[in-house]
Parts: sequence; structure tokens; C-alpha cells
Amino acid sequence: MDRIPILKMGDLLLVTIQVDMHDRLAMSLQDDLTDKIVSGKARGVLIDISALDMVDSFIGRMLANIASMSRILDAETVVVGMRPAVAITLVELGLSLRGVRTALNVDQGMTLLRSFGAEG
Amino acid sequence: MTVDKERQLRLSSAEDVVLIRQAVRQWSADLGFSLVDQTKLVTAASELARNAVIYGGGGEARIRTLARNGRLGIQVTFQDNGPGIADIEQAMKDGFTTGSGLGLGLGGAKRLTQEFEIESNPGEGTRVTFVRWR
Repeated sequence: MDRIPILKMGDLLLVTIQVDMHDRLAMSLQDDLTDKIVSGKARGVLIDISALDMVDSFIGRMLANIASMSRILDAETVVVGMRPAVAITLVELGLSLRGVRTALNVDQGMTLLRSFGAEG
Repeated sequence: MTVDKERQLRLSSAEDVVLIRQAVRQWSADLGFSLVDQTKLVTAASELARNAVIYGGGGEARIRTLARNGRLGIQVTFQDNGPGIADIEQAMKDGFTTGSGLGLGLGGAKRLTQEFEIESNPGEGTRVTFVRWR
């Protein structure tokens, strides 16, 4: 079964979503990430969605779940690289991603995570 | 109103939802929709395709390009074979779900499109059609 790779760098986990995810793939990313936060003692998670050309309610919920679960496991999540058209569509869809920290790009996302005490 | 082009796609799995998204993306790009409009069309299609697979037990989708009074548009229809929706008004409300989702699918898809029609009777499946004009 295909999986989205999770890279570990210091106490950060890095994920770049580069495929058009079907729902099972999104669910397995959610499961894999929570496992890796615990097994790798990660303090921060950076998810790059700059290659995603749409985020619907399912993927949006997955991002929100990952943010909540990681927080409970003492790690912060930052979602970076959302395309403007995706942001406009998400809001119109009715999803505000409350509770999900975002940054414009990977650089700024890393800076944000380091400010929370994670060391990449 | 005339129909220029039409394509039917099967809807039975999570992978089919991805194929619908890709087809709607391609067709709306070919028709010259802006990037934001393409994204809205693809997102609406994804919500409705998922509904048809999860709640409707699968079915099929039909994409059409339309022309009316010199304007071009895209119409997508989702027909499922599921139990149907007893109370459409309630189903359209944000936050209402009979499953485990967020309940944004139908209402959200309606907001992302310009014409939206839903026909359903208990036991006869559900048909949802949307149109967006360029």
C-alpha cells in the first residue's frame, strides 16, 4: 500500500504531500504521523501542502486532526504553502481550519516551530 | 442550451473520487476557468463524489460542457444507488451528517457552484447536479 513519506530532522517531522490523496491515504498519514511523533519523540510537525491543488472537507479535517493529536502529544503542527485559490475555496466551503497553525512557506514554518522550542 | 461534450465516470471507490477531481480539473482548465473557479469546481466535485461513494454506495458521475447564450459552463451530475435522503433541507444544513464527516459537503458544494439541484427519494438513490458558468 502506498504511503506518504515522513522525514525526521532533529526533533521535527517533515511531510510534503505531493500526490492527489485519496481518503485512505489521508487517513494513513494521520495514523503514521501520530505514531512517529511518539516513537521519534518529535516536538514539531511541518506539513507542506504547496503541491496540493485542492483541500476539501476531508483533507481539511485530516489537517485539523493532525494538529489536535500532535498538540495532545506535546508537538506543534504547522501547515505551510497553501495556495491562494485553495484558501479562498476552503473558506467558501465553510472550513476555517481553526486550531491549525499556518505559515506561508517552509522557511517561515521552520522559524515558527523553532520558536515553540523544536530544534530541526 | 447545448451540450458540447460529455463523459461518464464510475464512482465506487476512494480512487474514483480522485479521478473525478482530475477530470473536472482538466475540463475546467480546458474551458478557460480561472484558477480559483477551477479549484471551486474540483472541490465541489470531490465533496459530492465522496458522498456518493460513502453514503450512496457508489454510482456514477457525468461531466458535461454546456453553452448557453454565448457562455460556457461545466455541469457535473452525481447519481448514486443509495438509500436516498429523507429530509433534503436538513441534509443541506452545515454540520448535519449521518456519518462521521463534518457535514459540510452538500452545503459547501452548493456555495462553490452557481446552479445546484438535488433530487432524492428514500429508496431511490440521490442525484445531485451542479453548474458553474465561466
